[in-house]
Amino acid sequence: MEFSESIFAARFQITRQDLERYVAEALSHGGDYADLYFEYLETSSISLDESIVKSATQGVSMGVGVRVIAGERTGYAYSDDLAPEKIRKAARVAAYIAAGPGKPGKYGLHEGVKHDLYPVLVSPTETAFADRVTLVKRADLAARAYDPRIFQVQAVYADNLRHVLVATSDSVLTLDRQPLARLSVSALARQNGGPPQRGHAGGGGRVELGFFLQEKTPEHFATEAAREAIVMLDAVEAPAGEMTVVLGPGWPGILLHEAVGHGLEADFNRKGVSAFSGRIGQKVASELCTVVDDGTINSRRGSLNVDDEGHPTQRNVLIENGVLRGYLQDKLSSTLMHSNSTGSGRRESYAHIPMPRMTNTFLLAGESDPEDIIRSVAKGLYCVNFGGGQVDITSGNFVFSASESYLIEDGKLSRPVRNATLIGNGPEALKYVSMVGNDLRLDEGIGVCGKEGQSVPVGVGIPTLKIDRLTVGGTA
Amino acid sequence: MNSEDLPELAADIVRRAQAAGAGDAECTISEGDEFSANVRMREVESLKEAGSRGAGLRILIGKHTGSSYTSDLSSEGIERLVKQAVELADVTTEDPHAGLPETDELGSISGDLELYSADVARLGTQLKIETAKRAEDAALGADPRISNSEGASFDTHTGRHIFANSRGFAGAYATSYCALGVSPVAREGDSMERDYWYTMARGYAGLEPAEQVGRIAAERALRRLHAVKVETQKVPVVFEPRTARSLLDNLFEAVHGMSIYRHESFLAGKLGEKIASENVTVVDDATIPGLFGTSPFDDEGVPSRRTVVIEKGVLKSYLLNCYAARKLGLKTTGNASRGLTGNAGIGHGNFFLEQGDQTQEQIIRSVRNGLFVTELLGFGVNIVTGDYSRGAAGLWIRNGELAFAVSEVTIAGNLKDILPGLETIGCDLEFRGAVAAPTLKIGEMTVGGR
Repeated sequence: MEFSESIFAARFQITRQDLERYVAEALSHGGDYADLYFEYLETSSISLDESIVKSATQGVSMGVGVRVIAGERTGYAYSDDLAPEKIRKAARVAAYIAAGPGKPGKYGLHEGVKHDLYPVLVSPTETAFADRVTLVKRADLAARAYDPRIFQVQAVYADNLRHVLVATSDSVLTLDRQPLARLSVSALARQNGGPPQRGHAGGGGRVELGFFLQEKTPEHFATEAAREAIVMLDAVEAPAGEMTVVLGPGWPGILLHEAVGHGLEADFNRKGVSAFSGRIGQKVASELCTVVDDGTINSRRGSLNVDDEGHPTQRNVLIENGVLRGYLQDKLSSTLMHSNSTGSGRRESYAHIPMPRMTNTFLLAGESDPEDIIRSVAKGLYCVNFGGGQVDITSGNFVFSASESYLIEDGKLSRPVRNATLIGNGPEALKYVSMVGNDLRLDEGIGVCGKEGQSVPVGVGIPTLKIDRLTVGGTA
Repeated sequence: MNSEDLPELAADIVRRAQAAGAGDAECTISEGDEFSANVRMREVESLKEAGSRGAGLRILIGKHTGSSYTSDLSSEGIERLVKQAVELADVTTEDPHAGLPETDELGSISGDLELYSADVARLGTQLKIETAKRAEDAALGADPRISNSEGASFDTHTGRHIFANSRGFAGAYATSYCALGVSPVAREGDSMERDYWYTMARGYAGLEPAEQVGRIAAERALRRLHAVKVETQKVPVVFEPRTARSLLDNLFEAVHGMSIYRHESFLAGKLGEKIASENVTVVDDATIPGLFGTSPFDDEGVPSRRTVVIEKGVLKSYLLNCYAARKLGLKTTGNASRGLTGNAGIGHGNFFLEQGDQTQEQIIRSVRNGLFVTELLGFGVNIVTGDYSRGAAGLWIRNGELAFAVSEVTIAGNLKDILPGLETIGCDLEFRGAVAAPTLKIGEMTVGGR
């Protein structure tokens, strides 16, 4: 897309010269670097409950964030009004961080390099609402049809289309159009008047609406949610204490996100507050483990053509055969650490300062047959689905909560168990990985990662993994 | 457009929606100014300053709803806002329970609720930076083992909330707050731990002294050093106020009217039953001046009030908006909550567990062998079943004294047992947010470790 065709030029009459002037204004008190992040975001969501489409919402928000970096200091201001005087005011406010003479100079902008990972012609946000409403109605019918014990279904479909423009004092001008859609289904089951159990499933990506009609249909997610709710009706108390844990492929990759991903974000390491600080080159996992963060996978929820600092995303090897290789870098940390951006600078919106974040984080496939992995466990836990997780960066302790898991007894799966949190320590946990399956799978596109109050979409993935020692937080 | 004109804009949006075919309409406008200063290792790390505003609209055509929002308050933006909401009423299903509050349910409580303090908008940037620096400096100077820091922050926010509907409600109120927080890192040998402490108030004068905030944060980080993992066992668990509060968050979700009518809470159908120990009384009160859960009216225009949720262990009331109330054949409790748009959800006012008569020291002294929880990790609480399993860190209690630091453990049980298992309630209730609880002792939970 050419700048002149962008929404910012066409609808808001912003010119290249304007952008150059704003950048110059931001550096009017000195500073090493400045950037502008323009965002125009259209969102819609539809929610169904009790077989009734109870809510449909659409809206638009827009704004520009101006950042100035001077050494280790960052000045930031934003405006939700794209009028020139408002943008210039934001630029002047951000400029206060630097206390010096202005940096004269021209910031002739030229268009930067980027991928084309989501060539979506018509974004879901631009389709007829009636077509999108059909998705939640189909999900409701399918979940109820799965089993008569399903008595409540909620389905939420949400999409957005984000237009972004990044202009930097490094002379880079980048535009991107980022579609994103997600369908989630939650089902409640009950039998013989007993207590209810819940199942949940969902997914999506940077896709066209056709994704939900051909690839992952409402019936797929609905059946999955209903199945989990029904399975949990027979769940017994979860065990407590250290044991062997086998993680199923896909979404259980949230383990990596919490155990190593956050700890490898460069801001924490630059400040020396991460449990991984200063450990590059050290062994932090078993040699069966190679972990990458890859923002360049087509159509994935965590992928981006360029990060939110206008830098192309890339495939970053974090751990290679058990050895810590690198951090996730943004502009500020990479400059201060004399390194390069890894295309990991992300932000929730124009109102937020970018920082190093993950994209799609996964562990490469190994050679074991998943069935052999389960057969090898005399007594343990097999976890296939999870809720959220969290990590304490400094101590390295992390948790993630299993929503569907089974006891393993004598190499066979037995009873499902109730929800339990798993806890471990980041630089230690992966050292106990003793088998890696040949079945790498990425999650279905549902992840949201929160850091310092900012939420961004991410993906995770693993093949089936056997961890010889992890603490399970049940009651039995 | 000036701030003073926003109430008139909200009323105008409601009228425009009606003119476009809406039977009923409600409009929320909010605007706010934020400022944030971060310092780290005694240097300014970042300054952020900005203001923003937005409008949201929800309309009903018959019993069909539609909603929209925009940050574009120009005439063109408003026109689009109205058109989009009206258009969406076509795709939603008729919902017999949808609707605005009845006219006699609408209103606002009077008197000064002390939600806005004029000094916040006037604070100079230097003062904010210096306050954050003083807090971090106190933490760094507290002990040689505090050798690093994630920094200190000073944040302020001022805002206005405006609401109008087609049944004649129009209301507006201003809020302010400022907050100071610090996160020092303690290190000794191979052990590195971080903790934080903060103070928050409607006005600058209400903040605790910066040096005190820094010292408490440092003490908290230091006492976590050299934490060990304990054996798996069933023991009494004591929650300090900071972690006890999270049990109230869980309880709020369990009495949330939407979860109740969907049977998505282990407390559904339990009104009038004994669900907690005799010494437990839980109140939601949005009328207490100056606190963070206080407001003159809820997000449907219903006056704020005090609702006793649990009285001496008996479940007395759910927390409801108009929709959940209609579904359950009850009356709204004035707990409607929403962002700019969409159907109203349910929120809490000041939601707290009334304090008992034991000091924290007395409670710790009553435990021979157990866990004192100072930090919780993760989201392992299932409100449908009451299953509770979270990561925890804290201090081990041996013979009535805090003996050593513990981490990388889980605590587990079921809220159906945890609430009746609340043996002792502390006398140290204080509000550091809208949800608050004193020190609490649970008779027995499973600690998962080695």
